[in-house]
Amino acid sequence: MQYIQTVLPSLLAGALVTLKVFCLTIIGALPIGILVGLGLKSEFKLVRWILNGYVWLMRGTPLLLQLIFVFYGLPLINITFDRLDAALFAFILNYAAYFAEIFRGGFQAIPMGQYEAAKVLRLNPWQTQRKVILPQVIKNVIPPIGNEVINLIKDSSLVYVIGIGDLLRAGNIDAARDVTLVPYILVGIIYLILTAVTTLGLRRLEKYYNYYR
Amino acid sequence: MIELKNIKKSFNGRMILNDINLTINDGDILAIVGPSGAGKTTLLRALAGLGDIDSGEILLDGQQFDPRNSDLKNNVIGVVFQDYNLFPNLTVWENVTLAPKMVLKMTKQELETRIKPILTHLQLAGKDDLYPFELSGGMKQRVAIARALAMQPRVLAYDEPTSALDPSMRTEVANLLLELKKDGVTQIVVTHDIELANSIADKVFTVNALS
Ligand SMILES: Nc1ncnc2c1ncn2[C@@H]1O[C@H](COP(=O)(O)OP(=O)(O)OP(=O)(O)O)[C@@H](O)[C@H]1O
Ligand SMILES: [Mg+2]
Repeated sequence: MQYIQTVLPSLLAGALVTLKVFCLTIIGALPIGILVGLGLKSEFKLVRWILNGYVWLMRGTPLLLQLIFVFYGLPLINITFDRLDAALFAFILNYAAYFAEIFRGGFQAIPMGQYEAAKVLRLNPWQTQRKVILPQVIKNVIPPIGNEVINLIKDSSLVYVIGIGDLLRAGNIDAARDVTLVPYILVGIIYLILTAVTTLGLRRLEKYYNYYR
Repeated sequence: MIELKNIKKSFNGRMILNDINLTINDGDILAIVGPSGAGKTTLLRALAGLGDIDSGEILLDGQQFDPRNSDLKNNVIGVVFQDYNLFPNLTVWENVTLAPKMVLKMTKQELETRIKPILTHLQLAGKDDLYPFELSGGMKQRVAIARALAMQPRVLAYDEPTSALDPSMRTEVANLLLELKKDGVTQIVVTHDIELANSIADKVFTVNALS
């Protein structure tokens, strides 16, 4: 018990970094995902082609590789990021691609009739998206987006490899120093708490959107 | 008065509408009938600006206009879709006021004084806060009518207004349309139901299937 109290502060500090990566990734990746998702069904072939290529690349290669590429690879051609920026750059681009694929499906699920009704009411495309289409898309994509969000909590531990002091690294340092596996167990528990709380939040969001069908 | 002149339309080289000429007088009910696949919906969509035509003119009071152009001066035709296409995420009130608010820039005051009476008239008073999924088919249709009327179109067009409803609702629909006619609303009704067409329309136009 005493031991837990001595390592907890460093673990919580690590958890804070994990949360920071998590939140900033979501904040960055969601809007990009929506835009790319819209672009994936653009009428311009070149736009679709480029965006499909981007999604294919991001989903077809490991996030770990992307992370290492940005932090260790790009400096070789004189593009340097500090650690956190590199992590966010890789995570946001990667998750935006997954989100985009989900949003593409979400947009496709909206019947043409919704667009046509908006058109004969003379709503412009922006008003149509904002008031009619997007709210319905968001309701539809909450469950699949939620899955990715939960994955992100766990994926965020990958920042370990570029030396960011996240929760996992904090635990690893404590365990190595004190030669005990207690920190690893605590790290596991903290991840469980984070995913549980997020799952709960997502449930409430889903429930909130049940006000219509 | 709305006139269609020499309207032609084909899909993939197959002629659907060949030289349609048609006049709709103000305050009239025009029924468009014809066999399935004849092109009734195609004609209605062209008029509503949802599909283009290959050639021909559409005139409002003798002036040509382009239903596809989103400029407000082309705000001529209101549409009640076959399955209404209400916005499921919005309440009755929001469905009906969205476009008047965002497009016609009506103030809250104007919405109250101009839209409320439409809802009351269509027996939708007190239903403001319901969502489409909570409404019966007939109510959904009346919300769709209110939503179209709220944009103050010159003509209200329906595609198969009875097809999504229980057959017992047929007379109710007929009465509703006649009621609106009394208020001076010009209406175009696409329907399979020749009997309905004959009972309410001032003029019945038949679209023939082309081979
Ligand atoms: N976008 C389209 N592309 C190709 N063909 C189309 C398209 N829209 C309609 N058609 C064809 O045009 C013809 C007329 O269709 P339309 O829906 O106008 O008929 P309708 O008279 O409304 O029939 P119904 O009574 O069954 O509703 C049909 O053969 C249909 O398959
Ligand atoms: Mg039809």
